[in-house]
Amino acid sequence: MNRRFSWFNATSLTLGFAFLYLPIVILVIYSFNASKLVTVWGGFSTKWYGELFGDQAFLDAAWVTLKVALVSSTAATVLGTMAAYVLMRAGRFAGRTLFSGMIYAPLVMPEVILGLAMLLLFIAIGLDRGVLTIILAHTTFTMCFVSVVVSSRLVTFDKSLEEAALDLGCTPFDAFRSVTLPIIAPAVISGWLLAFTLSLDDLVISQFVAGPSSTTLPMKVFSSVRLGVNPQINALSTILISIVTIGVITASLVSKRQIAQQRADEQAAVRT
Amino acid sequence: MAQPANRPVFAPWNDPKEKPLIQFQNVSKRFGEFTAIDNITLDIFRREFFALLGPSGCGKTTLMRMLAGFETPTEGKILLDGVDLAPIPPNKRETNMMFQSYALFPHLSVWENIAFGLKRSDMPKDKIPARVEEMLRLTRLEKFAKRKPHQISGGQRQRVALARSLAKAPKLLLLDEPLGALDKKLRQDTQFELMDIQEKTGTTFVIVTHDQEEAMTVASRVAVMDHGKMIQVDTPDKIYEMPNSVYVADFIGDVNIVEGKAAAQAGDKLTINWAEGQPAINATSAGPLTAGSTVHFAIRPEKVAIARDKPEGRANVIAGKVHDIAYLGNISTYKVRVAGGLMIKAQVANERRLSRRDITWEDDVWLSFTDTAGVVLLK
Repeated sequence: MNRRFSWFNATSLTLGFAFLYLPIVILVIYSFNASKLVTVWGGFSTKWYGELFGDQAFLDAAWVTLKVALVSSTAATVLGTMAAYVLMRAGRFAGRTLFSGMIYAPLVMPEVILGLAMLLLFIAIGLDRGVLTIILAHTTFTMCFVSVVVSSRLVTFDKSLEEAALDLGCTPFDAFRSVTLPIIAPAVISGWLLAFTLSLDDLVISQFVAGPSSTTLPMKVFSSVRLGVNPQINALSTILISIVTIGVITASLVSKRQIAQQRADEQAAVRT
Repeated sequence: MAQPANRPVFAPWNDPKEKPLIQFQNVSKRFGEFTAIDNITLDIFRREFFALLGPSGCGKTTLMRMLAGFETPTEGKILLDGVDLAPIPPNKRETNMMFQSYALFPHLSVWENIAFGLKRSDMPKDKIPARVEEMLRLTRLEKFAKRKPHQISGGQRQRVALARSLAKAPKLLLLDEPLGALDKKLRQDTQFELMDIQEKTGTTFVIVTHDQEEAMTVASRVAVMDHGKMIQVDTPDKIYEMPNSVYVADFIGDVNIVEGKAAAQAGDKLTINWAEGQPAINATSAGPLTAGSTVHFAIRPEKVAIARDKPEGRANVIAGKVHDIAYLGNISTYKVRVAGGLMIKAQVANERRLSRRDITWEDDVWLSFTDTAGVVLLK
């Protein structure tokens, strides 16, 4: 097919991407601005990055964010994988549809409501707000994303592999650990990366459940912007954008490679 | 049947003193409204190569999965070596299964696949490599030990699956359509290989297949199933030559079925009226029949002779016209239209080359067969 790239296509592509990425590009450019004024270009400089790393409050917030993201995404991966596995494997039981619906509900639930609900729960059980409550809240809302990713892999998983493991003497847990998990590992990893990225840039839920000593980076950014935009924030945002971009690209590469591998294996099996 | 005393024949099912390895006792399995297995009672003996044969959905796979422990009977009992299997989970059963998809673990090498079950058995760790090597030798896979399953061919994968399921030396090996994924030529070679391995290891094999040729080739006994019921359980030759029903006769191989009414019976000889104005078929029947009852006369195409001139001295001679000829190389099948529009197939071995055969389309021919060539079936 010899289809030319018409000017119409070119325009819509440019407009679309400009709409999506122009703000980000401007932000990245201004993070290298030498001038203190956000709206005036004063030449290239990386001094705001230097100042950012000298600011203890920002570093503390970054450390909290990283801790929260690591722990909550790991917990969400364990719980989400378990939920996906049970929903895919347990067969029909009463209320199965309800359960799977409930697992996916937080995907579409407004964050404000989720955050408020979390806050009420923590107050009700008398849990002091701090890093732990942020971790719990983040685990809750990222778990369903992991569960979606893992269950979409389990749909195409050949159940006879597990039966073969049982047949060869595995207990059901051993079969999961030594056969199912290694095979679905790429999906689990990309689920983890997704959860990590989501936790990293969450603001709304964190706002609700954070305590005085547990400010996350997005919260810090938000509060300093209210006092006036500051070039340090641009630098920080650029770093965050890079991390999130790398995370998302890695997750999609992992799952893409896994699909390609799976397809190659299936074809090799069918060929014979 | 009497066998010469000096030539022992493997037929434990005829020996009342032999204890069966597997006993199905009135086993039924229902999935909701659907009855997959309908009250089956069956004995399978040690060292047997037992084939479960039937169309898809007849319950043969369910029967096998109950042996492996992936399904539990709704009613009845299954005994392995006299022990009720019901409370034993699949990982504790002394059975192993070779899956239709082979179910090789894609993240493990051939060697690790074969060692998988051994590592989970009570075999001492230092004995495992020797056993794996032995299985690799048995299945001629030594060269592929380090490869992953997707790096070997389908035939090799099939042998890995076999080696893996045999490694633990199970009392019973279950094979679910083991050769279904192989092409015809490879399948035939593998059938003989399977029989060879079965003989060498002395393991009892139960194979599920929908391919009647495969069942006939490998099995010591064949069970023909339909809609969850056992229709006939017998040796391959008896299944073929003495089917107990039209279903079995039709399912196994090619057959001509002639419907008629039983007439005069003298001893085991009997005549069947099958068409107006045609001489009755002279046949043999084991059991007594009521005169006038409807019977089906089944005769295999290779037992029907075809000739241009009316043969003399044959028990049955029927006139017809050649409707079609199927040339298969080694044999030719003639479809002959006889009285009442009925088609009868006659099969002839092509002992001569093409130019020397003289029967062709629309020829008037005579079909003939002896009075013991066919069987009389009541259902």
